[in-house]
Amino acid sequence: MKKQKNSVNRREFLKGAAGTVAAASTVAASLVTNPTPAAATPAMHANASAPTLAKVSPTEAVSIESITVDRPGSDFMVDCLKSLNFEYLCANPGNSFRSLHESLINYGGNKAPEFITCCHEESAVAMGHGYAKIEGKPLMVCVHGTVGLQHASMAIYDAFCDRVPVYVILGNFPDAAMRFGQVDWTHSAQDPAAMIRDFVKWDDQPVSLQHFAESSIRAYKIATTPPMMPVALVAGHELQEDPIADGANLSVPKLTMSSPPAGDSSAVDEAARMLVAAENPVLVTDRVARTPEGLARMIELAELLQAPVVDRNGRMNFPTRHALNHTERAGAAVGSADLVMGLELTDFWSAVHSVRGIRNPVVQSAVKPGTKFISVTSNDLYLKSNYQDFQRYQPVDLAIAADAQATLPSLIESVKQQMNDDRRRAFADRGAKHASAHQQTMQMQREAATAAWDASPISTARLSAELWAQIKNEDWSLVSNCQFVSRWPLRLWDFSKHYHYIGGEGGYGVGYGAPASVGAALANKKHGRLTVSIQNDGDLMFAPGVLWTAAHHRIPLLIIMHNNRAYHQELMQVQIMANEHNRGITRASIGSVLTDPAIDYAKLAQGMAVHSEGPISDPNDLGPAIKRAIEIVKNGEPALVDVLTQPR
Amino acid sequence: MFRCLASLLFTLVLAVAFAHPTAHAQNSQSAAAKSSDEKSATSKTDEAKSVDTSRGNVENGKKLFVSYGCYECHGRQGQGGGGAPRIGPPAIPVAAATRYVRNPTGQMPPYTAKVVSDQELSDIFAFLKTIPPPPRAASIPLLNQ
Ligand code: HEC
Repeated sequence: MKKQKNSVNRREFLKGAAGTVAAASTVAASLVTNPTPAAATPAMHANASAPTLAKVSPTEAVSIESITVDRPGSDFMVDCLKSLNFEYLCANPGNSFRSLHESLINYGGNKAPEFITCCHEESAVAMGHGYAKIEGKPLMVCVHGTVGLQHASMAIYDAFCDRVPVYVILGNFPDAAMRFGQVDWTHSAQDPAAMIRDFVKWDDQPVSLQHFAESSIRAYKIATTPPMMPVALVAGHELQEDPIADGANLSVPKLTMSSPPAGDSSAVDEAARMLVAAENPVLVTDRVARTPEGLARMIELAELLQAPVVDRNGRMNFPTRHALNHTERAGAAVGSADLVMGLELTDFWSAVHSVRGIRNPVVQSAVKPGTKFISVTSNDLYLKSNYQDFQRYQPVDLAIAADAQATLPSLIESVKQQMNDDRRRAFADRGAKHASAHQQTMQMQREAATAAWDASPISTARLSAELWAQIKNEDWSLVSNCQFVSRWPLRLWDFSKHYHYIGGEGGYGVGYGAPASVGAALANKKHGRLTVSIQNDGDLMFAPGVLWTAAHHRIPLLIIMHNNRAYHQELMQVQIMANEHNRGITRASIGSVLTDPAIDYAKLAQGMAVHSEGPISDPNDLGPAIKRAIEIVKNGEPALVDVLTQPR
Repeated sequence: MFRCLASLLFTLVLAVAFAHPTAHAQNSQSAAAKSSDEKSATSKTDEAKSVDTSRGNVENGKKLFVSYGCYECHGRQGQGGGGAPRIGPPAIPVAAATRYVRNPTGQMPPYTAKVVSDQELSDIFAFLKTIPPPPRAASIPLLNQ
């Protein structure tokens, strides 16, 4: 878009003179006659209003039309973004998108999207990550294309690895001639999205408003077509702030969502034939259920075949107490399979191999010789090369490059058609065996949970059982990764609904937990669900400001601290190294523990007006504290209970 | 602000957990029992000489269990967690356990004689022996909900 003459005045007016007309005209005048002084004087420091005023001659006074804009380009951007029905915009404010910010809150009325104030860009993106896994659609995030994106990048990577759409807008000052101070320059990049291009699905830097319109719709469509991933769109400063040209022929294109890629019918029939013929098929799931429909179809397929499901829990794919859930006896289930079908299984290789040992790990097949493999994953449709999240190459007998959830209906139909009475009887027989193995396994989990039952610090099994007692009769949603508490909730609780679990980080980037939980709670809010997170202490310390965001926006969330006072995963790693190196085995805590002083999470939360209690170290005090916190959450606010816990 | 958790223990233990029911189900045959089966013929006499658990110092063992990092993986009461099995109270003979710790399997790191003496291991196992067996799940209402 051609630069409008009056925009120079407007920019300098706002930027340099802290709101004085005089300064604006002075700088503007010097730009025209002699650019050097203006460049030499940092615009931000030109705020000596009185002397400047004195210098202004009546002829230099500017007309009101030239220093105001009725309809900035960012208003049209809001038209585009509103057409995408974002509920929320998560952002830390930044001057490179200030016009868009203003248009969203005033022209857009701060509704759809509503501005959620974040204290860190990583929190903003991770909130979008957690939100999308509950709501099944992205929210919008705005960041500076430089410093903001640098903060946001780890969270974008996590969302990328987790195949979750986040819609990121990057502010930038593309036109070097329109940068008027140090800040403009340091907040500009030739190609802002370059630094994240390896881990977003698509990005663009539109050069006109119509270009923005088309790219904004395209970005949404790309982000939300499986395999879903974050996208980034640059909103140039001039494009936002310049007035929409008179008679500009702008239109917002219609969004037509692509149907997710479903498996080719002959491949699906072949998969069904193999499943029906197999004596002992096992279904291994990871990120299948994008929506409640995916969960329902997984149950239907497993029941039809009476095939056990081993869930790697990237999503809520299968109910934990279903007789065919064999996750907790995964080794036995996979080891006796003659067919393993991986559904949106990111790491097929490790599902069918065992790795033993540290120094010289021994790798063995975990399946019987001759076991057949089928994979259904949209990951086959899209890969980037630099970051290695695609995992080890696993040869399979049949690979269906398609979204698993979208493929399940035709697969189920085909299985039904290919089943006969003989097979039906065989399936029923094996179903009875699977049910009893499931029961036994569940009993083993309960027995294992008794160890250290009364221990202080509190065992993670006890914490999980106490929490379950308080929430089981509510409409609950657990939104934190269970890996760090020895998976106890998944081993003990009755997970049956899509929003009961949302998996983890994707890229194991620490700092995801707290903001993703707040984002998931934001999505759950309108559904009236009780959102719960078991919050790792080290993770919260990355960007605890998200507690303030939860308090400020009245986002109800029950946070139960898993406070083991360490970056415990790393503590174990360093311990292993010390042992392996045969020295200093008492020193692994250096650099990995969070003690001396111990962090008081209750006080930290109180400082941000979040209800809190703790630290609680006596297991008998835990239930009542959780109960009190739930009362607060039910009133629409966040609450935190700090619990001193066993390591894992 | 980027911290990589591409952790050996985490990922490998998951892999093991998937392949070996033992890693998940803590009351099945122990890693130590297996490794001691393999080596029993050669090392029985050595180990009988070097480890005398009757003289273990419980208090010292309790301290060492923490300072030597056992608690990190096995929990402060040896209850296990995150892929490491329950070892308190020990289900296997102390002699076999000691030999195992010196030359372990899976994700258990080695504790050689250079860093832990036999006497210290005796102390650790003496402490683990004092941990009472857990109650049955049936007696805990919270585990039957
Ligand atoms: C870094 C984690 C880690 C640390 C530290 C650690 N262990 Fe282990 N330990 C394990 C794992 C994992 C296993 C199971 C290995 C396998 O599956 O083969 C294990 C197994 C064992 C076993 C065998 C248990 C059985 O029933 O099979 C014993 C005994 C044991 N550890 C004792 C100790 C003692 C004593 C210490 C401290 C001196 C210690 N461990 C420190 C991780 C650890």
